Amino acid sequence: MEPGNPAPGNAVSMSNWVIKHATHKDNSPAIRLESVAVQYNGAPALFEVSLTLQPGERAAIVGPNGAGKTSLMQVIAGTLRPSAGSVEIFGHRPGGHVCIAYLPQRSQIDWEFPVTVREVAMMGRIRKIGLFRWPTRRDWGIVDDALGRVGLSGFQDRRIAELSGGEQQKVFLAQALAQEAEVILLDEPFNGLDMPTQGSILDILDELRAARVTAIVATHDLNLAAERFDRVLLLQRRLIAFGAPAQVFTRPNLMLAYGGHVHVLPDGEGLMILTDTCCEGDEVA
Amino acid sequence: MTGLLAWLSEPFSYPFMVRGLWASLIVGIVVPLLGTYVVLRGMAFFGDAMAHIVLPGVVIAYLLGWPITLGALVAGVLAALIIGAISRRTRIREDTAIGVVFAGAFALGVAMLSLQRSYAVDLAHILFGNLLGVSNSDLRLMAVLSGIVLLTIGAFYKEFLVMSFDPTLAATLRLPVFILQNALLVLMALVIVVSLQTVGVALILAMLVTPGATAYLVTRRLPSMMAVASILGAASAICGLYLSFYWNFASGPAIVLVETAVFVVVFIMAPSRGWRRSSILEKRG
Repeated sequence: MEPGNPAPGNAVSMSNWVIKHATHKDNSPAIRLESVAVQYNGAPALFEVSLTLQPGERAAIVGPNGAGKTSLMQVIAGTLRPSAGSVEIFGHRPGGHVCIAYLPQRSQIDWEFPVTVREVAMMGRIRKIGLFRWPTRRDWGIVDDALGRVGLSGFQDRRIAELSGGEQQKVFLAQALAQEAEVILLDEPFNGLDMPTQGSILDILDELRAARVTAIVATHDLNLAAERFDRVLLLQRRLIAFGAPAQVFTRPNLMLAYGGHVHVLPDGEGLMILTDTCCEGDEVA
Repeated sequence: MTGLLAWLSEPFSYPFMVRGLWASLIVGIVVPLLGTYVVLRGMAFFGDAMAHIVLPGVVIAYLLGWPITLGALVAGVLAALIIGAISRRTRIREDTAIGVVFAGAFALGVAMLSLQRSYAVDLAHILFGNLLGVSNSDLRLMAVLSGIVLLTIGAFYKEFLVMSFDPTLAATLRLPVFILQNALLVLMALVIVVSLQTVGVALILAMLVTPGATAYLVTRRLPSMMAVASILGAASAICGLYLSFYWNFASGPAIVLVETAVFVVVFIMAPSRGWRRSSILEKRG
């Protein structure tokens, strides 16, 4: 998939990695989308998406396969140009920011690539290090600290192919920490992970929230979205609902998003949701 | 002992063999080094196509009495940019489009050459190299181009690494992906020019991918993969030269055969990634 050419005016100026986050406006929301639409080869993939997230908020994006979850995250990351609408990260277009980390789906990464855990985490810093320079002792210190925070101390010199799925996911979280990202986008991070591992990743996300890092997580797990997120964004090409989980997960909303694939059963305390969409499907849109 | 030494040094009492040795060492070291990116990014078809697209430039230079390397250089850089453009914007599949251009250009080169009386000999030299016909000025140009390739890889090591491993990360870090990608294609064009006289158009692909593929089987990190690929390339070049001198094999194919033999042996023996591992995995699965 072509990552979309950033707009010409979006090139990062040299000062961006000398003066940290020079482009952040005070008191502006972390993420603000106004009527965003995306087209692929003329066909609409996403339309009428508007939302605002404050620094430190955590939102889940849910919706069936092909709903445009990945596209929406690419738009926020500034790697896909919307065909209409505006995107602002801390008050400016995303293309100028180096504070956004996008963690791709595991299937997008070549895990046999000959790199070690430490090298992958260091990749998050190369913009801060700058052209023609090599990582300093301080950079390696930040990387090792980031690996420690995600519980991967002692794995530094492993090849990424030698890690479990959860550990692989954590390497990329460490990379985002090393990047000193303030907006982190995670594309299906929980796929194929067992409950304890999912929990440990959520714990890391809790720490990030404490540090006022804004996180957006695409997931198929509606229960997880309802229990562990401040905001939920229900997507099916358009934004069906956005808000607190209780407001979003209503029977009409879910029927709109999932159509025949969902069965909503009232069970006293709330709703029980059964859905047959699942996982790993590479979203075309 | 003196007999062995004499046997080893005998070829190099001829100046054309000394020049051939230098040429094959340059090619053996530099081409596989860049080839590691070709292996890791799955660009083998690109490399082969580019080598063939260079042919008309070589033939035109030859017919006009210009240095062949100059014609190849112009055609190679043009080919790199054409391939880059095709891979960005076509309605038909990228490999199909490249295939059309690749075969068309190659046919054009052969057709022009076929008008010459010395067609058969010329064609053999262009297709399979003419290592023993390398002149001092050829050597100088090869050395300069190789120096450019090595310096560029060294200067942009981290950026090329990120772009090869995770293009999305390169985009979110706002690296100049477009420039880096084209730079890599131009570097490929340069090493193709450098290897033209050593192994010829038809076998350049082997210099690009075979030592890199062997190194991939036995190394854990990119720097060591690069080092092993270069050492194998240089050693194969020297062995090929002896095969050529004492047993009259054509030098280009001899070098490629040594590389291939090393690959086959390592593929069978390699503990971590080769055939034994895949057969172990099959038994488990």
